Amino acid sequence: MAGEKKTKIVKTIKVDADKCNGCRACEVICSAFHAAPKYSSNNPARSRIRVVREPLRDIYVPIYAGEYTPAECMGRDKYVIDGKEYEECAFCRASCPSRDLFKEPDSGLPVKCDMCEGEEEPLCVKWCLVDALTYEEREEEVEDDEKPENMEIGLESLANKYGLDKIIDAVARMSLQNKG
Amino acid sequence: MRYAETGFNLEIDLSRGNIERVETDPRDTELYLGGLGTNAKILWERVPPEVDPFSPDNLLIFAAGLLCGTPATGCNRTIVSTISPQTRLMAFSMMGGFWAPELKYAGYDKVIIRGKSPDLVYLWINNDKVELRDASHLRGKGAIETAELIKQELKEPKAQVAAIGMAGESRVYFASIEQGRSSASRGGIGAVMGDKGLKAIVVRGTKDVNVARPLEFLDLCNDVLKYIQFRNANPIPGVMPILAGLGSPQEMKVHDEKWHTENFSWGNSRHRRKVFWTDDIAKAWMETLDSMRTRLISCYNCPMTCGATISPPGLPTYMMKCFSKLTYTMAAMSDLEFGLGIAQSATEYGVDGFSAPQVMAFAVELYEDGILTDADMPGFPTDNNERFRWLLDKIVRREGIGDILANGTHWAAKQIGKGAEAYAHNNIKKHEQLPLKLGMLNPIYFLMYSTGEKINITQIEGQFPQAPFPTMEARETFVKDWFQVPDDKFKDYFLGWEPRGEKSIPYYPTPQMACDIVDWQERMHYIDDALGMCAGLSSFPLKPPYHIHNYPKFISAGTGVDMDEAKLTQAAKRYRTLVRAINIRRGMRRKDEKPPENHWKKRFPDLEKELLDTYYKFKGWNNEGIPTKESLHELGLDYVAEDFIKRGILTDEDESLSTGSPAVNE
Repeated sequence: MAGEKKTKIVKTIKVDADKCNGCRACEVICSAFHAAPKYSSNNPARSRIRVVREPLRDIYVPIYAGEYTPAECMGRDKYVIDGKEYEECAFCRASCPSRDLFKEPDSGLPVKCDMCEGEEEPLCVKWCLVDALTYEEREEEVEDDEKPENMEIGLESLANKYGLDKIIDAVARMSLQNKG
Repeated sequence: MRYAETGFNLEIDLSRGNIERVETDPRDTELYLGGLGTNAKILWERVPPEVDPFSPDNLLIFAAGLLCGTPATGCNRTIVSTISPQTRLMAFSMMGGFWAPELKYAGYDKVIIRGKSPDLVYLWINNDKVELRDASHLRGKGAIETAELIKQELKEPKAQVAAIGMAGESRVYFASIEQGRSSASRGGIGAVMGDKGLKAIVVRGTKDVNVARPLEFLDLCNDVLKYIQFRNANPIPGVMPILAGLGSPQEMKVHDEKWHTENFSWGNSRHRRKVFWTDDIAKAWMETLDSMRTRLISCYNCPMTCGATISPPGLPTYMMKCFSKLTYTMAAMSDLEFGLGIAQSATEYGVDGFSAPQVMAFAVELYEDGILTDADMPGFPTDNNERFRWLLDKIVRREGIGDILANGTHWAAKQIGKGAEAYAHNNIKKHEQLPLKLGMLNPIYFLMYSTGEKINITQIEGQFPQAPFPTMEARETFVKDWFQVPDDKFKDYFLGWEPRGEKSIPYYPTPQMACDIVDWQERMHYIDDALGMCAGLSSFPLKPPYHIHNYPKFISAGTGVDMDEAKLTQAAKRYRTLVRAINIRRGMRRKDEKPPENHWKKRFPDLEKELLDTYYKFKGWNNEGIPTKESLHELGLDYVAEDFIKRGILTDEDESLSTGSPAVNE
């Protein structure tokens, strides 16, 4: 059964920060699309894309909302690129307790980019006429199951540590529990 | 529920430190739309003509346009209205940027300021929490610097700040209010803000802005975006670069400045340099701009890149607004490097990019002609560029001669005397104009200059080509997809317009045609100013994406108010007339309605009289430019007629009392 090939579609929004004019049209249309009913309101504070924008330091970085994380990282990062220092965790996409980004302003619930499911392309891309945001879709072949070799490597290291008998006992117990 | 608008204004009394949130009357939306329209209504009702611009009773109104904060592309303008210290008439300067939408998201359509604060303060609007905060530590700080300091102190990097610089604090009659990459500059409204002791208004909003018919509204927005892309790909042939495309205009993108440098005049609006734009200059200016321009930037929700961040050597970065690119350079008869450098200080000080250079050039000319002397200006440098920097520093501090010059050329000339009045030659209604000196009178521009109450030509012109096209073929091509016209007769007017001969200026377009054209152009600007739309996507360029045919749909789908072309035209006419009524009540009459003194070399007194007579009649104004009782009634402005009659401005018989009208407070 191992090694069966499947294809999946990888959706990428390419962000060319050099082209960003800082207009935040992406935030407008994103929050409008995700309003209920659709387009009935807009509010950049609810947007799943935010432009980190500091014109006097020439900082323009559109960021997409990623996964929610219940706890912040053990440390923070800070980038300096071309002499420009970006704010802490500037490029992180997480909705995280360390900041108010990517949370509904009233409920505090996290928001996440869904690539505007059902539309031809994400609407932020469609509304970005300066082409700072472009959309790419490609097919990628992935194998259906995890490679068995990986599992075997893991088991082997467990066996080395605990002895094979203990592993067999543990597996037998677990399968009984599952049936029960 | 209110759509597109929030239905609430903030009323701030600075004298008492009182803050109130007041619900507005939805019927006013139907009659006056919003932005400028409802501002005019408030000024008419609450600021009688006896109120001095620097009285605590003068109001300073910051309004977000009716459609600001909706997804309508380019709809981001703040309309600031007050009584101008310079013209003593209603001033309604606008700014793009990011402030107006933020105000909507905070839950308000307008901030109405009255009174005077005893100490310098700033207003902090954070959704429902609104407070006045001490700004004594910001006194004398630059407008942009102030914005940065406030955002740091509040720990609110996403807040939007409208602030004055030193010029506003010193009540310079051409002080601006600066915000993001924009400013509300004309008419000295920054001086009123300074007089009120208000350094800045800071806004942060995280609420929703609703629209009435979402899918319909979004379709309209998408059509506009599509048309913008079409226009970007298809510039209009045969016109100068900034008129070929859309935008406000996109000055910072354009290198070719042949048209401006050879058609606009230099110095104190005196010298036309008809062979200025050589290859060497073009190359040098391109290098200057490329070396200082960091990035082309936009206002909120707009794809046009009309502005730029500029980093002059050794100076902080600032954001340049369209034509300030050239005004300082040309007033000083200098080069682009000088202009882009001094504009940095001018932006921080907060002065108008048209008036400030003109005032300084006026002073230099007076000095060169011996009317101002070293006794008046001790320490006046000999180097030309240094002179302008010296003058700017004196004006914004009202130091020495700067105290007089800070009142603008009209009032300064009166104070200086000794024939200085002849040097204040480029004004309308006491307000400095674009530096132009042209040959032949143009009937359309004559009417716009004379009667435009924004008192600034760029804020009334647009839509109709500025000059005839040389061949019939080119004209026919132009009108083929000119669907923005309110009526096909405008195509005929344009087709018939010849560069030379019988059907050329000044006698063609005929007075009647000129009335139609000016009225259309003005109407579109007034609609923009109520909706908060940038003129760069609407009233200013040729063939814009917003026009009289899709605007009613935007308003209907956005606000839920039924709107059609006739009703919208009538609404615009209503508040346009109200602006005039405010000014008439302040003494403005026919004698004030004229272009700058020697704007055109060839003048035609009889034709000019005919033009003004015809236009007044067309607009429903009497021979003095006063709206008649009938026309006021037709617009539902009987309350204006009653006031006029009570004040003796109109009689019951609907005739103006006399031509000897009360003078504008001289």
